[in-house]
Amino acid sequence: MSDSTVTVTGAHAEHEHPPYQRHHFASMEQQVDTTSFAMWLFLLTEIMFFGGLFTAYLIFRNWYYPAFVEASHQLSIKEGTANTAVLIVSSFTMAMGVWCAETRRRGALVLCLCLTFILGLVFLGIKYDEYHEKYEKHHVPGLHYSLKSFTDPASDPEVHNAYPDDKPLMPDMARHTEIYFGLYFAMTGMHALHMIIGISILAFMIFRARAGAYTTGHVTFVNNFGLYWHFVDIIWIFLYPLLYLISRHA
Amino acid sequence: MSTDTIVRLPDQATARIPKVNFLSKENGLLSWLLTGDHKRIATLYLISITFFFAIGGALAGLIRLELLTPQSDLMAADTYNKVFSMHGIIMVFLFLVPSVPATLGNFLMPMMIGAKDLALPKINLLSWYLYIIAGGMIIYSMITGGVDTGWTFTVPLSTHYVNTNVITTGLAVFVAGFSSVFTGLNFIVTIHKMRAPGMTWFRLPLFVWSNYAASILMVLGTPVLAITLVLIVLERALGIGVFDPAKGGDPILFQHLFWFYSHPAVYIMILPGMGVISEVVSTFSRKRVFGYTAVAFSSVAIAVFAFFVWEHHMFIMGVSNYSTLVFSLLTMLVAVPSAIKIFNWSFTLYKGSITFETPMLYSFGFMGLFTIGGLTGVFLASTGTDIHLTETYFIVAHFHFVMVGGMLMAFLSGIHFWWPKWTGRMYPEKISQLAALITFIGFNLTFFPQFILGMLGMPRRYAAYPPEFQVLNVFSTAGATILGIGYLLPILYLTWSLKYGEIAGDNPWQATGLEWQTQSPPLTENFPEIPIVDHDAYDYEWLERKQKEVTSVG
Amino acid sequence: MDHISPVLWQFLVKWMEHFALFPPEASKIAPQMDALFFFMVLVSLIGLTVVVLLIISFSILYSKKRHPVAVQIEGSTLLEATWTIIPLGLFLIMFVWGSLIYFRVYTPPANAMNIYVVGKQWMWKAEHPGGQHEINALHIPTGRPIQLTLISQDVFHSFSIPAFRVKREAIPGRYTSVWFEATQVGTYHLFCTQYCGTNHSAMIGDIVVMTPDDYRKWLAESTSGMSLAQNGERLFASLSCNACHNGRPDARGPSLANVYGSNLTLANGQTTHVDEAYLRDAILNPSDHVTQGYTPIMPTYQGQISEDGVISLVEYIKTLNSNYRVEQTLNTTALLPDSEGKATSAGQKPAAEPSAKQGMVKQ
Repeated sequence: MSDSTVTVTGAHAEHEHPPYQRHHFASMEQQVDTTSFAMWLFLLTEIMFFGGLFTAYLIFRNWYYPAFVEASHQLSIKEGTANTAVLIVSSFTMAMGVWCAETRRRGALVLCLCLTFILGLVFLGIKYDEYHEKYEKHHVPGLHYSLKSFTDPASDPEVHNAYPDDKPLMPDMARHTEIYFGLYFAMTGMHALHMIIGISILAFMIFRARAGAYTTGHVTFVNNFGLYWHFVDIIWIFLYPLLYLISRHA
Repeated sequence: MSTDTIVRLPDQATARIPKVNFLSKENGLLSWLLTGDHKRIATLYLISITFFFAIGGALAGLIRLELLTPQSDLMAADTYNKVFSMHGIIMVFLFLVPSVPATLGNFLMPMMIGAKDLALPKINLLSWYLYIIAGGMIIYSMITGGVDTGWTFTVPLSTHYVNTNVITTGLAVFVAGFSSVFTGLNFIVTIHKMRAPGMTWFRLPLFVWSNYAASILMVLGTPVLAITLVLIVLERALGIGVFDPAKGGDPILFQHLFWFYSHPAVYIMILPGMGVISEVVSTFSRKRVFGYTAVAFSSVAIAVFAFFVWEHHMFIMGVSNYSTLVFSLLTMLVAVPSAIKIFNWSFTLYKGSITFETPMLYSFGFMGLFTIGGLTGVFLASTGTDIHLTETYFIVAHFHFVMVGGMLMAFLSGIHFWWPKWTGRMYPEKISQLAALITFIGFNLTFFPQFILGMLGMPRRYAAYPPEFQVLNVFSTAGATILGIGYLLPILYLTWSLKYGEIAGDNPWQATGLEWQTQSPPLTENFPEIPIVDHDAYDYEWLERKQKEVTSVG
Repeated sequence: MDHISPVLWQFLVKWMEHFALFPPEASKIAPQMDALFFFMVLVSLIGLTVVVLLIISFSILYSKKRHPVAVQIEGSTLLEATWTIIPLGLFLIMFVWGSLIYFRVYTPPANAMNIYVVGKQWMWKAEHPGGQHEINALHIPTGRPIQLTLISQDVFHSFSIPAFRVKREAIPGRYTSVWFEATQVGTYHLFCTQYCGTNHSAMIGDIVVMTPDDYRKWLAESTSGMSLAQNGERLFASLSCNACHNGRPDARGPSLANVYGSNLTLANGQTTHVDEAYLRDAILNPSDHVTQGYTPIMPTYQGQISEDGVISLVEYIKTLNSNYRVEQTLNTTALLPDSEGKATSAGQKPAAEPSAKQGMVKQ
């Protein structure tokens, strides 16, 4: 795979290895293998991290199903689906980026990374719009949370027209929607935080990619970041049906 | 050659610390703060952990002082609640969880497997910075009023009923958790991918096996604590309702999430200590550990079972009676591998050639005290007796026996054992043996009466208690004073030894590990050449053959 | 005696008097638990002795002086099996034995006398069925199974009676229960054993065990006049429960006659057993507990009624065994001094809004 064993002079002259090989590794193969394994293991910890939230969500959804149905109907299915599509495409562009790095296409790599970056921003933009709407409708727990949309669906014509079968909830069932939104913000917020971190790293990577750092045969960074990006995508793919698609029939 | 010690030091008149070693390689603050060298990071950890241990210990002293008298007369009730909470938080998250892995593990593990460093040196450094940030946040939290929820952050007390720094402390523990995750991640990757040629899994020293098992727990369990803390912060700041019964939430959900990590956490704390014991008992008996495979598998078995017992912290909380059957049974099962290890270490002594240097004394202390602590755990695993004993001083005694009598003794055993490797100098033997004895006596006097107090029904976390409990409390405080002296002495004489200790040479203990086949203190890159391993762990015959070869002193 | 200062001697005597190493056994389950405890102590002592003897004897026999050359031994499968199976066997005995005791403690017999205990920061309130209230104390008779139904009004607490060897968590949001039968007259410690804030150490009290005769006398002296059920009847009316639960065929809410102890079919098709916990939940979270054939229109009383009030209502509902009894409650409303005309006769529908301000009677 790698043929760029660089011969250097000076202090480094005693051993020959690519400049990007760390000294504690015996070979590039070991380095790549190790860092890849480390990234997979890290993703496993992330699964455990989100797992706690998913557990809490599943328990409460089981207990308070009517409240969760009506709360879920408050989310915009258009925006949620759009975001899902955006992320899936961004995973594709990221995978393309990895291929470009492996085949040493510097320009194409930069393009792919830029596209992924933009799509990430689009995702966050749509998310912001959704959050803003929740804020306007007083569906953010702790910030003047209002039960009105659930105890009196007629007061919320947009959602009511889409789901006329949703009955008004009694207050003691309606207040469970606050748990739904609490978990909604916790889960999508945590996901968005991971997106922001990913996008920041992407920005850094675009600069480095332009300088040719990833097209010398050393693709580990791009590869491992790709794993991270795909993982964030997969989390969303679980979040989307769980949060958005409760009892939405035509 | 003395017949009652295996120590073999070079001629003190001519011996010198090797000029080039990891401590002297580079100078200046930045070379330490930006280091990737696992040994320097371990040193940084050692200093910071000792610092936080001192704070936690001072808080313990305050607790025992208050409990000299039945009335709550030394400090206000709120203050006492803060003191024991901070004691628990600092000791658990800033001392016990990182202690052996982050200091001894970091220092030794690459050398033990024949590697030049851990797999991810920068992540290692990040781990230390996260630890320091967490420590700083906890100090800040303490100075600005502390937290009085107990280290267990029980809801709804912590989310709705106290005015103290729950969010700051919760976030601090969150950060400390990630420090722990990264350490564990680093260890697992290193052990899988960086072993020297010939170093197969079953040639690894048992210290490596123990740290591997503990790392699995760190990596899989800690994120659940992290998310639980996030939920507490959200509940407290925004009132999302997940734990609030008035909104339909469930405080028992918190208990499940919290203990899902916090039970494996105690095995994170003890497993590396058990690894130390394996190394020390073997070296000072001149024998391979009895039943190597059994001990190795026991470590992994403990790690696996650890994830399935958490509900035993909740037996009286109104959980389903049938669920308690499951968890009680599993808790009994998790006790068995620990028993296996104790017997294996005991039989390592059989037909050995035993000497009683300080590390060995601490190890003996461990074996006795951990046995008591572990057996009293069985009292609590059995649901019938747990009803009476839970939430009393019996629990306090139980976990201090395993954590302090067990873990802390193992830590001290390891520090003394590897001190010559780390610093190039020996500690003073006589005073250290005295300190070990003082610690052992002080410990028993402090914590054994607490078993009786627990059986009598004295609840834990009480600032005031009925007068008939006073005598036992006074014994306990007296013991604590002695214990404090026992812990102070090593800090003093180990620091003294840095300048005045005898030069140790490569292998003062005639031990078999790879770390002992290189200079003391080691080179930054550990080995001039990566060793090729062709022998099992604890192969004293190989060591003998090697020593007969002519070696030139560097 | 002349050599010891009288002050010091008094101090010593006081200490010795208070010196106790073992709690009294004052309940039927206590000796059973103690038997298991002593078995465990015995096994632990033997285990510890074995380990310590092994360590000491090997250290002496194989010290470097006596045994300069170590013999490398790989291991012994037989020994591994031995010290795996024997501890496992002993632990399993303790598991079974302990579980039996646990189930015994947390499965109250049907004929147990029920006393409600409400824990709140930082005191215990006990409510006897006859209406006697106690704070930080519990008077009980010997020779009778007593069940405690516990709940917390704020944070987790834990009701602990060391002399009886029982404790149980008091949790906000639902009932927990424990039972015991006292065997020995005397006064014993009551502790709160779940850290609950500032005055956790002060949340203590006395368990006063009396002979049945003395207990009867005590009951008579400390009655407040109204039993829990009577208080519940009063609340039932003043909170307008009888507006819908009036036992009439056209009523908007199901009749509560004989509902306690029955197996109720809910609107979602599931059947549930109606116990105290269900009744409490139905009052506070009615939308989750709709009886089949009815609609979810019952307002929640969360925030309008304290745990004591809920307990009274539950006790009242337990006494309802006929519609006649329910209707009687309707009529007693008219006799209420602070009645705001809430009780109605058939046909009149009172304003029952979800945020009804009527009946803000906190007990």
